[in-house]
Amino acid sequence: MAKTYVSATINGESAEFLCETQQTLLDVLRDVIGLTGSKEGCGSGDCGACSVIVDDRLVCSCLMLGVEAEGKSITTIEGIANGDTLHPIQQKFLEYAALQCGFCTPGLIVATKALLDENPNPTETEARYWLAGNLCRCTGYDKVIRAVMDVAADMRGEKVA
Amino acid sequence: MNYIDSSLKVVGTRPIRPDGVDKVTGRAVFAADTRASGMLWGKILRSPHAHANIVSIDTTKAAALKGVFAVVTGQDFPEIASEEAFVGEGPMNFRDLSLNCMARTKVLYEGHALAAVAASTQEIADQALALIDVTYEVLPHVIDVEDAMAPGAPVLHADMFTSGVTPKPETASNIAKVVTFKKGDIDAGFAEAEVIVEGSYTTQPVHQAYIEPHACLATYSPDGQVQIHSSSQGHFMIRAYVAKLLGMSISNIRVNPAEIGGGFGGKTLVYLEPVAVTLSKKSGRSVKMQMTREDVFRASGPTSGAAMTVKIGAKKDGTIVAAQQVLKFQAGAFAGSPIGPGCMCGFAMYDLPNVDVVGYDVVSNRPKVAAYRAPGAPITSFAVESLMDELAIKLGIDALTLREKNAAKNGTKTHYGPVHQNIGFTAVLDAVKSHPHWKSPLKEGHGRGLATGFWFNIGGESSAQVHVNEDGTVTAATGSPDIGGSRASIGMMVAEVLGVPATTVRTIVADTASIGFTFLTGGSRVTFATGMAATQAAEKVVEDLKRRAAQTWDIPVDAVEWKDGAAYPAGSNAGAFEPLDLAALALKAGRTGGPILAEVSINAQGAGPGFGAHICDVSVDKETGHVKIERYTAIQDVGKAIHPSYVEGQIQGGAAQGIGWALSEEYIYNAKGLMENAGFLDYRVPVASDMPMIEAVLVEVPNPRHPFGARGVGEVPIVPPMAAIANAIRSATGLRMPDLPMSPPKVRAALDAAG
Repeated sequence: MAKTYVSATINGESAEFLCETQQTLLDVLRDVIGLTGSKEGCGSGDCGACSVIVDDRLVCSCLMLGVEAEGKSITTIEGIANGDTLHPIQQKFLEYAALQCGFCTPGLIVATKALLDENPNPTETEARYWLAGNLCRCTGYDKVIRAVMDVAADMRGEKVA
Repeated sequence: MNYIDSSLKVVGTRPIRPDGVDKVTGRAVFAADTRASGMLWGKILRSPHAHANIVSIDTTKAAALKGVFAVVTGQDFPEIASEEAFVGEGPMNFRDLSLNCMARTKVLYEGHALAAVAASTQEIADQALALIDVTYEVLPHVIDVEDAMAPGAPVLHADMFTSGVTPKPETASNIAKVVTFKKGDIDAGFAEAEVIVEGSYTTQPVHQAYIEPHACLATYSPDGQVQIHSSSQGHFMIRAYVAKLLGMSISNIRVNPAEIGGGFGGKTLVYLEPVAVTLSKKSGRSVKMQMTREDVFRASGPTSGAAMTVKIGAKKDGTIVAAQQVLKFQAGAFAGSPIGPGCMCGFAMYDLPNVDVVGYDVVSNRPKVAAYRAPGAPITSFAVESLMDELAIKLGIDALTLREKNAAKNGTKTHYGPVHQNIGFTAVLDAVKSHPHWKSPLKEGHGRGLATGFWFNIGGESSAQVHVNEDGTVTAATGSPDIGGSRASIGMMVAEVLGVPATTVRTIVADTASIGFTFLTGGSRVTFATGMAATQAAEKVVEDLKRRAAQTWDIPVDAVEWKDGAAYPAGSNAGAFEPLDLAALALKAGRTGGPILAEVSINAQGAGPGFGAHICDVSVDKETGHVKIERYTAIQDVGKAIHPSYVEGQIQGGAAQGIGWALSEEYIYNAKGLMENAGFLDYRVPVASDMPMIEAVLVEVPNPRHPFGARGVGEVPIVPPMAAIANAIRSATGLRMPDLPMSPPKVRAALDAAG
C-alpha cells in the first residue's frame, strides 16, 4: 500500500514523514522519526507511557494515527527541556526521586506539563485524577504527586516552605 | 571495614541519581528502543486453547510470504533434559523453561508459544503468523488450584509424580511436590490452647505489571557469536539460560543490559531471548522482539493464586501455643510456585513453640508463575495476619499488643530452622506504638487495620569495579541491573569510602563481557551484596592511592592517612607535604604504577532479614462496596537507608502494589480457560486517584554484616498490605473478607449477606 506524506511540527521543528495509514503516531515517532522517549506500555491507551501533547491537548500517541498528525503541532518528552536546561517539572521529578525504573516517567512529565498548562493551580485531587491515565507501578504515586504540587507552586512563583 | 558508627557525609543524603536526567528527558535506552542494521521483527504464535495436543504445524505458507526470513517451531530447539536450574529467582527447571519458551507436542495454557516468525516489518510478521496452520486436539483443562488437585482432574504432565511424599505415588497428578515444616508438638500445643481460631482464605494470581513489556534485540553471527540487548533483572541470567536452552557456550554470548522498565521479579526468567536468537540464526539477520501487553498478561508469569487454611491456638493472655497452616499454591503450567517461602514466611514474625505447615505446589492451565516481590510471603501473610486479627478480637486484646507479645526476637528459632539474629521487629512494633497514625482516634465510619510482614533478603555473588579516571573523577561499574535506584546507592557508598561528593562517582551497569559474574537483581540483594563488593573495591582503591602518595613522598604507607578525598602525611610527617587529592594522584598514575582501579568479586553473606508493619485506615461505601484507603503508614526496619528517598520509594511502591492485590487485581477466566481481562483497562492496577499519600517510616536497626548496616528493603513492603486492608475493613464493617481481591462486588455481596 502506498504511504501517505505527512507534514507536521514536532517539538517546534517542522517534520515531514511518510507513513502507512495504519501506523499509530507512537509507531511513527519511535520507528520512523526515531524519537524513542515516548514508550509503548499497552498499545491501548490505558497506561499513558506514550503521552504527547497535540495542539495543546494531551493524547495517548498509541491511539492516534500518524496520518492524523498532518498540520498539527506535537510535543513529545524530547521537546520538554529547553536545550540543555531541564524544564522545572523534570528538575522537580529528579529532586523528589519521583521515578524508579523511569519507563512511565516521560508520559508522566508530558501529562504534568499538559495539566499545568491548563490548570496552573491544581488541588492534589485534581492532580491525581488528571494523572490517573498514567500508570506507574514503582512509586505508588506519592513522590510523583508531591513533585507535581511543588513544581506547580514554583511555576506560579510561590515559595513553598 | 565497617562504617556503621562513623560519621557519614554521603550515605544517608539524597543526591540526584546518576541516571536521572536520561530518564526525565526520554534519552534512557530501554530494550525496545534499540535497533540494528538490517533488523527484522520477530513475533510469536500463541495457543488459543488452555490445553491441547499439537497434532501438526504447517508453516509452508508463512515461510513463502514475501518479507518473511525465518519461521521456527519447537523442532528448531534442542531437547533439554530435566535439570534443576539455579540461575534465576526461585525454583526452575531447564527443560520446563525451554518448553515454556516454545511448546513441542502440547500447549498448556492460552498464550503458550508454539511458533515464531521473523519478517521485515511488524505487519508482515503478523500476516505470517496468520498463515501458520496448526491442528490442535483440544484437551480438558483445569484452572483453579483445588480443582487441579482433585482426583480425576485433567493431568498436565504425564511424568509428574508428587515429590516430598513417601511412598512415591504411582500415578501422575498435578501436585508437583509437598513440603512440610514442623517445630515442637502441634497436638500438644493445641491441647494446651485456651482459645482456638481458624480460617480459610484464597488469593488470586496477580501480575507484576511492570509498565515495560518484555523486549530484546538479538544478533547471531556466522562465527557463532551472539549479542543480545534485553530488559531483564539479570543479564548474566539471560546469558546462562540462552546458553543452556540453545546448547551454546557462554563465552559466545554477550548480553547488554538495557534500562529495565520495572521487573518486581517478573523479569528473572526468559521468554523471548532464546526465540530471538534462533530466529536470528535461521535468518542471518538481527531480530527484535517485543511483547504486547496482552502477551505479557497471557504468557508471562504472575505470582501464584492460593487456597489456604490457618489455625492458631493461644492462651487467654495472648501467648500463642500452636500454629498450623495448609497452603495450596498455583504454579501455572510448570512446577515451581513459591511454596517454600510461602511455608516459611507466614509465621516468621512470631516466636512460636509448636508449628505445623504443609504446602502444595500445583500445576494448572495458566501461565507459568514468576517471582513477584517477596515471592510467597504476601499470600501466606494475608492468611496468617487476617487470622491474627480474629484472634486479637476473640481475646479482646489490642492487635498491636498481641503481636508484641508473640514477636520474634534475636535468638528466636524459626519453624523452618534458622535462628533470628540482628532483627528489628521489636523496633518496628515500637515505631507503630509511637506513631501518630496509630495513636490518632478513628474518624466516624472509618476502620483501622494493622498487619506485619517478613522477608529473608539475600546476598550472593556480585562483582564491582571502581576506576579513578585520568582527571580524578570516578566510575563505578557493577553487574547488577538497576531496577529502582541502585546506581545511586552504590555510587554513594563508593563516594563515602573515597571521601568525595556523590556527583564525582558515575555508576554504570556493565555487560556480561565487561565485569565479573553477578547474580541477578532480586531478593532485595543489590544494595546489600553489590554494595558490599563496590565498598570493598573502593577500599582497595584507597589503599592503592595511599601507597602511591607514600611513594611520591618517599615515606612509609602507614604514615599516610586518607581523608576527605585526599592523602595526607600523618604521624611524624604530618604537615610535611601538601595533601594529594584524587586529581593529583590520577595525574601521577603513570609514574606510580599505571591506571588506578580495583575489582572485587564476592559471595556476600549475612543479608539481614527485614520486618515491616503497616497501618491502614479505610472507609467502605455501603452502596457500592468500594473500599477507599483513607490513610496509610508503612513502617519498616531498613538497616541503614543509603539514599532515603529511594528507600521510601521502594516502601511506597510495594505498598501500592499490595493495595492493588488487595482491592482490584485478578485474572478472570471464562469456561474455556481463556483469560478475559488481558489488558490494563480490565486488569485494574492502582492509579493515582485510587491512592492516598503513603507515609514511609524508616526504622534503622543496622545489619552488622553490611559495611553501612544496610538490609534489603524492596520486598517486605508488599507483604503486609492485603491483611492490613482486610483488617481495616473488618474494623469498619464487622465483616471478615477472606477472599482476594476485596473488590466492590465482593464487598457489596458480603454487606448484603450480613444484612
